[in-house]
Amino acid sequence: MIENITEVTQATVASEVLRLKNAGYRLVTMTCTEIDENDLDILYHFDKDLELVHLRMRQPKDRPVPSISGILFAALLVENELRDQFGVSFDGLILDFNRTLYLDAEVTEVPLVSNVKITKQ
Amino acid sequence: MARTIIPFGPQHPVLPEPVHLKLVVEDEIVKEAVPALGYVHRGLEKLVQIRDYHQMIQIVERVCGICSCIHAKAYCQGIETLMGVEVPDRGRFLRVIWGELHRVHSHLLWLGLFADAFGFESVFQQFWKVREKIMDMMEATAGNRVIISVNVVGGTRYDLSPEQLRWILEGLVEVEQGVKALQKTMLEDYTVKARTVGVGVLTREQALELGAAGPTLRGSGVAQDMRQLGYSAYSDLDFEPVVETGGDSYSRSTVRFREVLQSIDLVRQAIARLPEGDTRVPVKGNPEGEVVVRVEQPRGELLYYIKANGTKFLDRCRIRTPTFANVPPLLAMVGGLELADVPVVVLSIDPCISCTER
Repeated sequence: MIENITEVTQATVASEVLRLKNAGYRLVTMTCTEIDENDLDILYHFDKDLELVHLRMRQPKDRPVPSISGILFAALLVENELRDQFGVSFDGLILDFNRTLYLDAEVTEVPLVSNVKITKQ
Repeated sequence: MARTIIPFGPQHPVLPEPVHLKLVVEDEIVKEAVPALGYVHRGLEKLVQIRDYHQMIQIVERVCGICSCIHAKAYCQGIETLMGVEVPDRGRFLRVIWGELHRVHSHLLWLGLFADAFGFESVFQQFWKVREKIMDMMEATAGNRVIISVNVVGGTRYDLSPEQLRWILEGLVEVEQGVKALQKTMLEDYTVKARTVGVGVLTREQALELGAAGPTLRGSGVAQDMRQLGYSAYSDLDFEPVVETGGDSYSRSTVRFREVLQSIDLVRQAIARLPEGDTRVPVKGNPEGEVVVRVEQPRGELLYYIKANGTKFLDRCRIRTPTFANVPPLLAMVGGLELADVPVVVLSIDPCISCTER
């Protein structure tokens, strides 16, 4: 039921985001959903003149997500939010709160992922 | 002088809710700001795992009290889209009436707080006095002053009688007069302008690149308002977004001031064109699929992403609130400010931290 979706991969997401930025699109937000025990679904929502377009990326939980905060500063908070909620890490995040944007440092549970706890290093 | 870090918040006289900024200053000039959140995070999005999709209406209404009605409207709209439910025309118009009353009370609340932020306490009290009439309307029509719980999946829980509609129209005359009486002070007074004009400037380009929303975006000259999408009954009403081009605190304040009068006009239009009939349709079954919904909160664009699996529990209900979008623009606004201007500029985005952290 969502229109204007383009599938992207870890290798192509940055170039797609840059293309949208250069075309005058505004980053609305990102959405993450757990697909199964291995993968997450990440959606990037962009707007131009009230029309939404979306990028969709399947993301393995155990691999870092390429950060787009270097391209769009607006992604700074939402990438940190996903880090809190889903326990994923981001490569190149310009300000990493290290899972303490909302959560206390002692919290080891990952709120929106089933049966996963963070092991302190 | 060496750089110094000044903590701003989480407790501060201008902040109704807790948020913390680490301000890096040289002399009295802010060089950069780093936000720290988490003081009112409640993990509401996780509750979809234990509350069914009807109960979630009460949950999303508590994301934020001030715009509770519009949170519920966005959520219900998403579920209705997934289930193919068509809200009766009267229900669509009633959603506009209560939604716009909510916007008026939110903007009047903010205008008062903003005046208080630069020490204009009499204006603060005047705006809140005018706002009381709107609170009376919500209490009389829905039983509560703030969390009015009028939206259900399929329409609205309550109807408005002809007597109530007449009473609302009479009350709006009083509200409009009260607001217009404050126009000269709020928009032309020397002391107000001295604290707001040219302060906290966000250019049109910055607003778009940093993802600004609502009056913050429109105060920088971008004519974008989600009501242009025509949801509820907005497609049947005359509506143009309010835009100012200064990009400063004064422009954001002016947008909200003008939007109060615009919302009064929208309520009048909706009442004048209110069709007869049911306010809701019965809804059976469970939603399935995924949907993105956007509506205009008082603070700006609100996005709901809902993913449903055909059971009564949703897979995901993701909420992106306008203040969350306006934090990166705020960090750009405060750079280069004098320390004394920071509270006024922070308040100029109408920050709602309960919304931001959920």
